[in-house]
Amino acid sequence: MSNKNGTILSVNDLRTYFQTDDGVVKAVDGISFELKKGETLGIVGESGSGKSVTNLSVMRLIPEPPGKIVNGDIIFDGIDVLKLPIEEVRHLRGKRIAMIFQDPMTSLNPFLKISTQLMEVTQLHLGHSKAEAYKHAIEMLRTVGIPAPEKRIDNYPHEFSGGMRQRVMIAMALSCEPELLIADEPTTALDVTIQAQILELIKNLKSDLGTSVILITHDLGVVAGMTEKIIVMYAGKVFEAAPTAELFSSPANPYTKGLLKSVPDPAHEEGTDLYQIPGLPPDVVRLPDGCPFAERCERAEDICSRDFPPFIQINENHHSLCHFAKEVHAESMEEREKV
Amino acid sequence: MSETNGNLISLKNLKVYYDLGGGGFLSKLTGGSGERRVVKAVDGVTFDIKEGETLGLVGESGCGKSTLGKALLRLTKITGGKAVYRGQDIASLTTTEMREQRKHLQMIFQDPYASLNPRMTVGNIVGEPIRTFGLANGGSVENKVRDLMETVGLSARFIKRYPHEFSGGQRQRIGIARALAVDPEFIVADEPISALDVSIQAQIMNLMNDLQKEKNLTYLFISHDLRAVRHVSDRVAVMYLGEIVELAEGTDIYENPLHPYSKALISAVPVPDPEVEAERERVILTGDVPSPINPPSGCRFHTRCAYAINECKTTEPKLVEIKPRHYSSCIRISPEQPNIDEIS
Repeated sequence: MSNKNGTILSVNDLRTYFQTDDGVVKAVDGISFELKKGETLGIVGESGSGKSVTNLSVMRLIPEPPGKIVNGDIIFDGIDVLKLPIEEVRHLRGKRIAMIFQDPMTSLNPFLKISTQLMEVTQLHLGHSKAEAYKHAIEMLRTVGIPAPEKRIDNYPHEFSGGMRQRVMIAMALSCEPELLIADEPTTALDVTIQAQILELIKNLKSDLGTSVILITHDLGVVAGMTEKIIVMYAGKVFEAAPTAELFSSPANPYTKGLLKSVPDPAHEEGTDLYQIPGLPPDVVRLPDGCPFAERCERAEDICSRDFPPFIQINENHHSLCHFAKEVHAESMEEREKV
Repeated sequence: MSETNGNLISLKNLKVYYDLGGGGFLSKLTGGSGERRVVKAVDGVTFDIKEGETLGLVGESGCGKSTLGKALLRLTKITGGKAVYRGQDIASLTTTEMREQRKHLQMIFQDPYASLNPRMTVGNIVGEPIRTFGLANGGSVENKVRDLMETVGLSARFIKRYPHEFSGGQRQRIGIARALAVDPEFIVADEPISALDVSIQAQIMNLMNDLQKEKNLTYLFISHDLRAVRHVSDRVAVMYLGEIVELAEGTDIYENPLHPYSKALISAVPVPDPEVEAERERVILTGDVPSPINPPSGCRFHTRCAYAINECKTTEPKLVEIKPRHYSSCIRISPEQPNIDEIS
């Protein structure tokens, strides 16, 4: 019923709030996006922008209290995830939706052999016998490129390097051939050469298994080569949503533009100053009435600190949360032509 | 006293080894290999850092780049070779003499959360080195601290606050202010921006750049982020398993890397441009960095190198000037044939 346009996940007006001593933190405040089958969505943002909370919400992993999903729908393949009893959510997790985290050392149990941890997944979700699960685990390690997997399978996590542990995590996440893989900063803790290996691995798995992927990262370079579309988050809101190529070529939000400009370009002359977004990300407990980015924005006008900006549609798939989205977009197009 | 040629720091065959023990009677008894295990974290590094320049040092984790930085300030013991600062070999100074030198040689650390004492106010954190070295006393310490805070872009009214009241970027500014407190000439910046958000990274890089111009500082900028290193450095050294494999001016190393490892390292960096990403071919290295305990024989990179030949397993390459001011250590390339892709 849900497959009519091949949508695997749709999130509508999701709001996840946290009760803290300082007040209510609106970590995610009205996020909507859609992911088609086989597609990769990039979620970009700085720390505290709400990108991880968005995905923990999808997995129903928000600690409650202090957190609470106060509003919204999360529809995964026709299933309303937020209305599901928690036992059924558990059945989705690991089997149909899998997640890999930034730090593979803290997400693997240091006291258990890799084999035990990998076998648990398929024994639980696929009803494998011990022998089947063991064989399957070796196969998974081979798939993710661990050399001599039959020798490594009974090792403990500390016996693997960081890159190898991340591979083990991916092997575990992919054990049941999930339809959706959520990768939260999967390569941030890794060296660039290992990062390249892991990204290549995710790309290949995606094309072989047709898995849909949500890739959460702060690195614009990573999403550039990996995704079909991107949402940029700031202070719990979607600031811009666009197809990847368009977001990079003609951003319609000053924050996105600032982020793009503040990445050092190797072709640049040395000694030149890097573009910098002034100030600090806002205090999420005390967000202003107007645009949360106004204080740091170079083209902000009076209206920006007074009124919350509208989510303006630039074209069919491109939206931007800015009073001047159309103007910013036009400027980007102009700058692009000059180059 | 010695000829410096405008070099502030000269490293000559610098070595830092960590002895892990083993190899004794007891280890054989308990089934050990019977060999003494020594981590050769820095194994014969030779280069100069010119006055007023930023030398970038890149490499993967475990390559020894942080150890090298620490050795320059003698925060770790130097096993062999020399580290000469203004004609004085840092390795041979007594502890008291070294303490005196720390006024000139300072460090900025990676993790602004872990490197500041949570029980001290900013005023005390930044003021401590001023008092320790007797650079000011009484009320003038506070004045100096206020000046330093303004210099690094922090409001002096935060002087009574504690580190937890600041964001990561602000904490890194505190770390920089503390390093600047003794008016140093040389600063080792060990991954100063890795823990920060993208928009904040640019702020810290610009701040370091401005301070350098203003105070004629010399930096050793250690990072695994090649884009950042390229941006801030005049010259870049690439390190692999305790050795420098390539050293050149920033533009040269990025546009025309000669060593197979540098090629792979630079190609691995994702470019924030979907069009470039779709078209370019990436050199993907297989495997991890081998253990520095028993590094591979010959060229240490040969186990992961796509261009390796039999000779690479046995012959240890030397860092040679392949092009003017562009040094690389690979036996397959030479000034006559610098491009490894053109060698059949």
